[in-house]
Amino acid sequence: MGQFDKPFDAIVVGAGPSGNAAAYVMAREGLNVLQIERGEYSGSKNVQGAILYSDALEKIIPDFREEAPLERHVIEQRMWMMDDASHSGMHYRSNDFNEEKPNRYTILRAQFDKWFSSKVKEAGALVLYETTVTELVKDLSGKVIGVRTDRQGAPIMANVVILAEGVNGLVGQRSGLRPEVGADTVALAVKEMHFLPRETIEARFNLKGNEGVVIEAMGTITKGMTGTGFLYTNEESISVGIGCIVSDFATSGVTPNELLEAFKAHPSIKPLLEGSEVKEYAAHLIPEGGYKAIPQLTGAGWVVVGDAGQFVNAVHREGSNLAMTTGRVAAETVIALTRKREEMSAANLADYEKRLGETFVMKDLKKYKGIPELLHRKKGAFFGAYPQLVSQAMQTWFRVDGVDKVSKEKAIYSNFRKTRTLRGMMGDAFRLVMAWR
Amino acid sequence: MHIVVCIKQVPDSAQIRVHPVTNTIMRQGVPTIINPYDLFALEEALRLKDKFGATVTVLTMGPPTAADSLRKTLTFGADRAVLLTDRYFAGSDTLATSYALSMALGKIAEEFGKPEIIFTGKQTIDGDTAQVGPGIAKRLGYNQLTYIARISEVDLDAATIRVERRAEGGVQDLVSSFPVLITMLEASNEMRRGTIENALGAARAEVVTWNAEAVGIEDLTKCGLRGSPTIVKKVFAPTARAEKAEIVEAEGGVDAKAAALVEAIFAKAPGIEGDLLELAGEHYV
Repeated sequence: MGQFDKPFDAIVVGAGPSGNAAAYVMAREGLNVLQIERGEYSGSKNVQGAILYSDALEKIIPDFREEAPLERHVIEQRMWMMDDASHSGMHYRSNDFNEEKPNRYTILRAQFDKWFSSKVKEAGALVLYETTVTELVKDLSGKVIGVRTDRQGAPIMANVVILAEGVNGLVGQRSGLRPEVGADTVALAVKEMHFLPRETIEARFNLKGNEGVVIEAMGTITKGMTGTGFLYTNEESISVGIGCIVSDFATSGVTPNELLEAFKAHPSIKPLLEGSEVKEYAAHLIPEGGYKAIPQLTGAGWVVVGDAGQFVNAVHREGSNLAMTTGRVAAETVIALTRKREEMSAANLADYEKRLGETFVMKDLKKYKGIPELLHRKKGAFFGAYPQLVSQAMQTWFRVDGVDKVSKEKAIYSNFRKTRTLRGMMGDAFRLVMAWR
Repeated sequence: MHIVVCIKQVPDSAQIRVHPVTNTIMRQGVPTIINPYDLFALEEALRLKDKFGATVTVLTMGPPTAADSLRKTLTFGADRAVLLTDRYFAGSDTLATSYALSMALGKIAEEFGKPEIIFTGKQTIDGDTAQVGPGIAKRLGYNQLTYIARISEVDLDAATIRVERRAEGGVQDLVSSFPVLITMLEASNEMRRGTIENALGAARAEVVTWNAEAVGIEDLTKCGLRGSPTIVKKVFAPTARAEKAEIVEAEGGVDAKAAALVEAIFAKAPGIEGDLLELAGEHYV
């Protein structure tokens, strides 16, 4: 096998959104690309809620809507603050989202990733499945020059290795490029797929055709842990799930399964799932450490993209769009260097970070850099006390029981004061505003 | 030596579901796998390749998506993959399938050399008929060795193969001359993991794709539904067995436990006791 000896222009480790984006963009531009995926097919190991944000994919495959397997376009977002019996919500629904090129879609990752992977192959990349990259091969100077896999045979050489290996970053870790992921910077999310006839979903959520609804929820549903719940409408199913920071699970002793069962049994969620049949369940780690948890992203002969780089905006529940964007930008960096016949040195590849700094990815993560830590430190207040207070206030306010409104206002105020001191509340508000800025 | 392995892409039976109302098999969205029995056939072919330097061609008939399964056989180390696909083949029973495959095997013999050995699995997990292998052998005039548990010896000079065949009541030690069609039993070997070179080769390989015309099929009435005398009258899910496994508990040591177990079995099936006593009588007079 003669070609075996000639190094690839690039090897991409992993076939999730970031790896597929990187491999696709490089192959389309004529680079000799090898992509290596441990799963049986792209999407077989991948789990997400899942929402697809059009913009990031449009920048890679502009006419993706014509062929990608999409479920429903999102026209309504519900943000819920929940206590054990109620939810106080903010809903935003707009007919503007029924546009020619919708902004967000619900998707089923197993199908979507398979499609994306087929595009990668069409573009000319070589894709190996059921093959696990075990470690990076370095030359004497420490530059990464290839990969070793769990299959017998010689290492495979490449000018650059793009690590799109997902949240755990095992290859990078094993090769000494990064530390182990901290238990307080990743969330463990569990979800189930509940099947329902499309007419039932449409009637239950007030939808027409391919319109979809997204519910994001926080509050006592996470039993005092830092985390959120969600419910998304697909074409003929509902994805429902909940996730919390791993170290919180460890301290609380609550199991993810208990949490999901309780969430599903919540009086605000239960009727939405009634009569459904569970066909799938899945669990996944989500990097939620934000800007401060981003590991070293480039070095001699290597680049990190997607979840492996902790590229998730936990506040806005965005991840796959950051993954695709970092994959694309890494690809563009490598393409530019290849065309100029420049070395894939640490100094040259650092251009990836510069390019990334100009995108929403770094700007957003930087903006919220204090939030993950704040929410984690103050989890008792943000995920327990406040949702309960809001709910009690709502109830006091809306229940008509002969009590005058001034007394009601006083009761609400004193209830807040009893739970959190004025200073405490103002401090939390101040910290949240500062972290948000 | 040229070896052809016939495989079938089948729905993953672990994930298949029967529609609760219509009782039909729901194939939509069910992932496909290589028929597990065929993997034993493929591994046996690859072992012969390792030993004698044979060329291994894998053949399947199916929809264009069956190319995925073929490509997978290349990652294990097969040399060539041939896909026979045509809309005229849709709805084929075992008669029509063995006809189409035997025509494709004729074309393979023409293009890549006549195979000395054709392997198949003992049966598929979706049809369970075990008819296609013997059907091919009959049509091509190959000797047929079914339910083979082990290949004991191959003599290339004499052009013979010696095998162990599992039969009722024992194992047959058989020798056959080439050309021969062998259907392999389950658990006769364990599929290897292909090397990185196999995997790269598979990703690069072109699957040879032929339609009915390409393999010289002129009479389309022998193909697909029209060529299939078998009629499926009804598909149904068997009712679950009412009898459940029983745990026999007994105090005391191993002997006491064994005695209690035997007693429980005899109580359930009184005939066994008599049979066993009779047998014991013959052997221990």
